[in-house]
Amino acid sequence: MLRNPTRRTFVKGLGAATTLAGLGLWRPLAQASDGRELAGQHFELFIGQTPVNITGQPRTALTINDSLPGPLLRWREGDTVTLRVRNRLDQDTSIHWHGILLPANMDGVPGLSFAGIAPGGDYLYRFTLRQSGTYWYHSHSGLQEQAGVYGAIVIEPREPEPHAYQRDHVLLFSDWSDQAPEALLATLKKQSDAFNYHKRTLGDFVTDVADNGWRATVDERLAWARMRMSPTDLADISAASYTYLLNGQPPDGNFTCLFQPGETVRLRLINASAMTYFDFRIPGLALTVIAADGLPVTPVTVDELRIAVAETYDVLVTVGDLPAYTLFAQSLDRSGYARGTLARAKGLQAAVPAPDPRPVLSMADMGHGDMAAMDHSNMAGMDHGSMGSMQGHPASETGNPLVDMQTMAPRANLADPGIGLRDNGRRVLTYADLRSPYPDPDGREPSRDIELHLTGHMERFAWSFDGVKFSDAAPLRLAYGERVRITLVNDTMMTHPIHLHGMWSDLEDEHGRFLVRKHTVDIPPGSRRSYRVTADALGRWAYHCHLLYHMETGMFREVRVDE
Amino acid sequence: MNEMNNRRLVTGVALAALLASERATAEPPRLTGHQVHDRAVNWAVIVDQLEYQDVESSSALKWNATAWVGGDIDRLWLRTEGERQQGNTHKAELQALWGHAIGPWWELVGGLRQDFKPASGQTWAAFGIQGTPLYGLELEATAYAGERQQRALRLEAAYTILLTNRWFLEPNLEANFYGRNDAGREQGAGLADSEVGLRLRYEISRGFAPYVGVSFERLHGNRASQAREDGEDLGQTRLVAGIRLRF
Repeated sequence: MLRNPTRRTFVKGLGAATTLAGLGLWRPLAQASDGRELAGQHFELFIGQTPVNITGQPRTALTINDSLPGPLLRWREGDTVTLRVRNRLDQDTSIHWHGILLPANMDGVPGLSFAGIAPGGDYLYRFTLRQSGTYWYHSHSGLQEQAGVYGAIVIEPREPEPHAYQRDHVLLFSDWSDQAPEALLATLKKQSDAFNYHKRTLGDFVTDVADNGWRATVDERLAWARMRMSPTDLADISAASYTYLLNGQPPDGNFTCLFQPGETVRLRLINASAMTYFDFRIPGLALTVIAADGLPVTPVTVDELRIAVAETYDVLVTVGDLPAYTLFAQSLDRSGYARGTLARAKGLQAAVPAPDPRPVLSMADMGHGDMAAMDHSNMAGMDHGSMGSMQGHPASETGNPLVDMQTMAPRANLADPGIGLRDNGRRVLTYADLRSPYPDPDGREPSRDIELHLTGHMERFAWSFDGVKFSDAAPLRLAYGERVRITLVNDTMMTHPIHLHGMWSDLEDEHGRFLVRKHTVDIPPGSRRSYRVTADALGRWAYHCHLLYHMETGMFREVRVDE
Repeated sequence: MNEMNNRRLVTGVALAALLASERATAEPPRLTGHQVHDRAVNWAVIVDQLEYQDVESSSALKWNATAWVGGDIDRLWLRTEGERQQGNTHKAELQALWGHAIGPWWELVGGLRQDFKPASGQTWAAFGIQGTPLYGLELEATAYAGERQQRALRLEAAYTILLTNRWFLEPNLEANFYGRNDAGREQGAGLADSEVGLRLRYEISRGFAPYVGVSFERLHGNRASQAREDGEDLGQTRLVAGIRLRF
């Protein structure tokens, strides 16, 4: 079951590679060809504490089988797998199998699926695999996912896929902090902009006045000042605290996977971060996207893709003649990057690109049309038709102290590469490029529409749906077998990856036409996107923003599917 | 897609009769619901000013700090400020206020203020508003009803200017108004005293920032007349040096 138990490697910390013997974690590489992985039908897993050294400072990670990330689990479609998960922590734990269709009591959300796994206890997961592709698994207890409890899942299909490739590598991205997850959350609550060291300064103001004139600059600054927001607020936690990891390795660790010239390599990208969106590319190579969130898509070739937290993408790359290519994943806020190398031999490396210029949010990014839209005295004269129809909002948002913004004219923006990726000279994947190779799997028109707004308050760091936090909200009830349309409207300035457990999210275009089947749907600021859900899984399911600290501060709903 | 997958994908066409086992998995017994941190009690302590002031050939120690504990809507606020000079505390007060958010940017506060100095101190009922009228601008307006039918109003404002993402320039303003004269407690009817400050800090970390600055203090109207009779200065310009702390 343990495919290559003798091949092991140290975690190599930034500038600390030589000091690790004795305190380093023996870390297997979660890589199909030469690392440790677990395969078969029965799995023994344990959640425990492991000493690690990522940045040069010794820390304790929470791990699966003493590994960061946890072992790659290789399953086979159609198999019934059993997984015994033992808890060696002094707190409750759990494992959620992200994107896997399974019975409600196997989904691993404490309080909804099961009671959780008590210290010293265990839980036997058992389910039959009805899908194939690239997925991942993680703790759904408290903030444990941030501390290291995550790993990759690859489910081999029963029937061969229509793709030829010679190598198959998992690239799992994550964000590591030397600070405890609880300390990160406490800091966000005390000072929500504490990790943003890239705000606009007096110098930027002077530059903007020189470039755009006094009047335009002052108007723009005043518009943001009235919103009480900073246009540089792209990530709640930045590289000021995070080190971005690729398969558990920091950038200097240079995780390396091998190729021979002319080979086609399948890369399975997984964003297992708590809070970080990555923009991934391999300078010099095109990426042919063949799967999204585990499921096949009609192949589309791009230079770069943005992977939201909790999404997965499978890409094929046909490697050229160079000795090495850099796997480069810059964080959305450009504060740092995860990096590795696709190399002909270990030790080779290619140039690492500089992160792109830091983007700055505009009023248009938040669905406010243009600057004039902010000035309510001008509203009567505005041409609403040019910026889509005006958006209504649920009554629970009105006068709500925890709703700091409402979008005015959001759009689906499916063909928008997103902030920081527009007009960068590279072909960037958008949701409009994603097509399932089959028609709408259900085929029925949705019998009802459910509109939910993503809401929050940046300063108080409180997040919610419709202005109502999880603890104050009733479950969203679906009738078993019904087909519904869920429309999400982003009333915040942050982008949110929304994940529904147990059932697929069938993303539509703005005209209600089926595009692609996913398990996690990114909803950028200023957007309104819809998807269809077939309520074909009985029970209590989690539905939430997959930014860990947004989920934990309230952007979460229980979805109940009853007969 | 193989047959098993297809079967799942076309559930809408044929929702087969439910298996008893699926019903059993959907309702695990006695689950109390998921828990997240959205009702957690949080807190912060912000020591805005803890500084030495250069006061004519002598020096003063001044502090101004705020703390809160509570949830997202309701919080207990503590405010304290005071000043020591030549080993004597000649101004010290503590306020305990309940704060309730009435909108995204404004909070009503109400509670008690206890002055320990000057004189034998004074107890006040406090009621006010605090919030953020513009990004980076913090405002507090608090009315007080004290012993001996005294009334007071205090306005405080501070704005943060980013010279860089480590160097911050913070102008601030404080003004105190009183209902009637009480020379023993250094209170004059109308606008009695004001302070305008400008402090330049360097954030070594978010929680620790040394600063230098200048503070202009001025007495006005009836309070100025009281001071003139006592031979006190009506205005002072003080150089200050201190640290700003956030826990």
